[in-house]
Amino acid sequence: MTQEILQDQDTASFEGMECVYERPGTLSEARFHYCPGCGHSVVHRVLMEVIEEMGIAENTIGVAPVGCSVFAYHYMNIDMQEAAHGRASAVATAVKRIHPDKFVFSYQGDGDLAAIGTAETIHTCNRGENILMVFINNAIYGMTGGQMAPTSLMGMKTSTSPAGRTQETAGFPLKIADMVALLPGVSYVTRQSVHTPNAVRQLKKALTKSFGWQKEGRGTCFIEVVSNCPSGWKMTPIQANKWLVDNMFPMYPPGDLKVPA
Amino acid sequence: MTVGDVRLMKGNEALAEAAIRAGCQAYFGYPITPQSEVLEYLADEGRKRGMIVLQAESEVASINMVYGAAGAGARVMTSSSSPGVSLMMEGISYIACAELPCLIVNVSRGGPGLGTIQPSQGDYFQSVKGGGHGDYRLIVLAPSSVQEMAGFVYDAFDLADRYRNPVMILADGALGQMMEKVEFPAYDPAAHAVPKPWATTGKPASRPANVITSLHMLAEQMEEVNHKLQAKYRLIEEHEVRYELLATDDADYLIVAFGLAARIAHRAVQVARAHGHRVGLIRPITLFPYPHAIIRSLAERMKGVLVVEMNAGQMVEDVRLAVEGRVPVKFYGRMGGVIPSPDEVAHAVEQMVGQTSDVSMEAH
Repeated sequence: MTQEILQDQDTASFEGMECVYERPGTLSEARFHYCPGCGHSVVHRVLMEVIEEMGIAENTIGVAPVGCSVFAYHYMNIDMQEAAHGRASAVATAVKRIHPDKFVFSYQGDGDLAAIGTAETIHTCNRGENILMVFINNAIYGMTGGQMAPTSLMGMKTSTSPAGRTQETAGFPLKIADMVALLPGVSYVTRQSVHTPNAVRQLKKALTKSFGWQKEGRGTCFIEVVSNCPSGWKMTPIQANKWLVDNMFPMYPPGDLKVPA
Repeated sequence: MTVGDVRLMKGNEALAEAAIRAGCQAYFGYPITPQSEVLEYLADEGRKRGMIVLQAESEVASINMVYGAAGAGARVMTSSSSPGVSLMMEGISYIACAELPCLIVNVSRGGPGLGTIQPSQGDYFQSVKGGGHGDYRLIVLAPSSVQEMAGFVYDAFDLADRYRNPVMILADGALGQMMEKVEFPAYDPAAHAVPKPWATTGKPASRPANVITSLHMLAEQMEEVNHKLQAKYRLIEEHEVRYELLATDDADYLIVAFGLAARIAHRAVQVARAHGHRVGLIRPITLFPYPHAIIRSLAERMKGVLVVEMNAGQMVEDVRLAVEGRVPVKFYGRMGGVIPSPDEVAHAVEQMVGQTSDVSMEAH
């Protein structure tokens, strides 16, 4: 059924129809490699929509991570740099220092931002670098095949915590958004998601506000997107989004943690 | 040349001053002895003269900031000392693959491990043979005076831009700390600036997006990238070999030494000649590209070659590769931050002369 619909879309004639919704010019025509139901493609699209709608595509430079979104620059049709694992915020720091008049964002997952790159994350925020940090938290290492992440929940089964995460062997889930919210250099910390159309609209607002504050030089804006990993969690997309609400939100509740004065 | 262009300075400060004059736009670094004066000098003088100077949280962050700034089109550098440079190796490999021009300075100290803060040449392998992962090369310049600590900075930036390749200045703690007269040449950064149409500066509608990356998932694609890099390294080997010769015209014996060890060897040549031994010196200035050809041709008319290093014997391997067994190659070195004296080196020369003047030369 799905196959037939896809084929229909590929071959259908749209002559005489009004176009009410289309790919933003900031998104390339490359097909996403992400698994069905994955939050990355939605966040990519929303981020690129915001950049197009704000008319800042020519003045925006992005920094891609290592992880499932390592190829973010295949999809985001703007100038991009691919950073080493964990170092996106250090790279973004330098890009912004060289081009203070441009908009700069980094895009990282939980292993990248909250494990191997924790030092860079904390110190970028503590310097109050005038950039946007987008943090996708799905509590798992997706690209390497579903290993435990710093944000994996207690009891969560992954390939490296097959009996479930325990404090004795792996400590506690790291709430890094709460940590950076304490830092005076950070002006905006919010936790969003993309599991419903309304959540997507909220994320879009948060992104728009962040670029606005970057223009005003308000310091670091940090957006955590609590996301899913149907493949890594071994669930269908629908199951994953339900599990996200039931299990991720109690640990990582959506909403603003800090807003500019 | 005005009077103000000649100064008495520490090597680290002379290097930092040259970086400002060379139009270096940004410096990212982390304190470590014996090179902290570079960061200190730039945090004061560099900032006053418009340079972006950021004290990073680690050498890991520093080198990735260099990546970001170089990718954004800036003339950029970092500096550190041995343990800190080890931390940078991952980032250097990325920079080499992404072909980003930048300057990395290693004011090296004795190792391995935390080692000592005294001068050493124990990072030769790391600088010249790789250090980070994968098949890449840095252009490596080895100064042997405060004058060259400054002068090589201009060359390093120009070479980096010309080849889109990271350049390393491999100095040591003594060169960083000692004071000598230094003369700053006239240099107009604007005249040396090269266009960087590949840089991430914000994508206008008129061109495709610029992407700085070292990731190429298909093996065949990655091999293509490697072929391109190797072709560039061959070009560098063809055009950029630099060395200095001293008293080699009539020499029967040749010393090979770089950096500080070459200055000590220089004195040892004088001592050995006073004792009646015709000894000459070749000082490789570029450690990559290495002066293999000249060493080979010089060795053909020598009775012996002595390599002097402040390590356990690293560059000696390159000398042996160049000489290819034509003459005996001896080694004299001190390790762990100990600086050999000219007399020690002269003694090593005497020993070589004693061993190699015998008709029945021993094998090595």
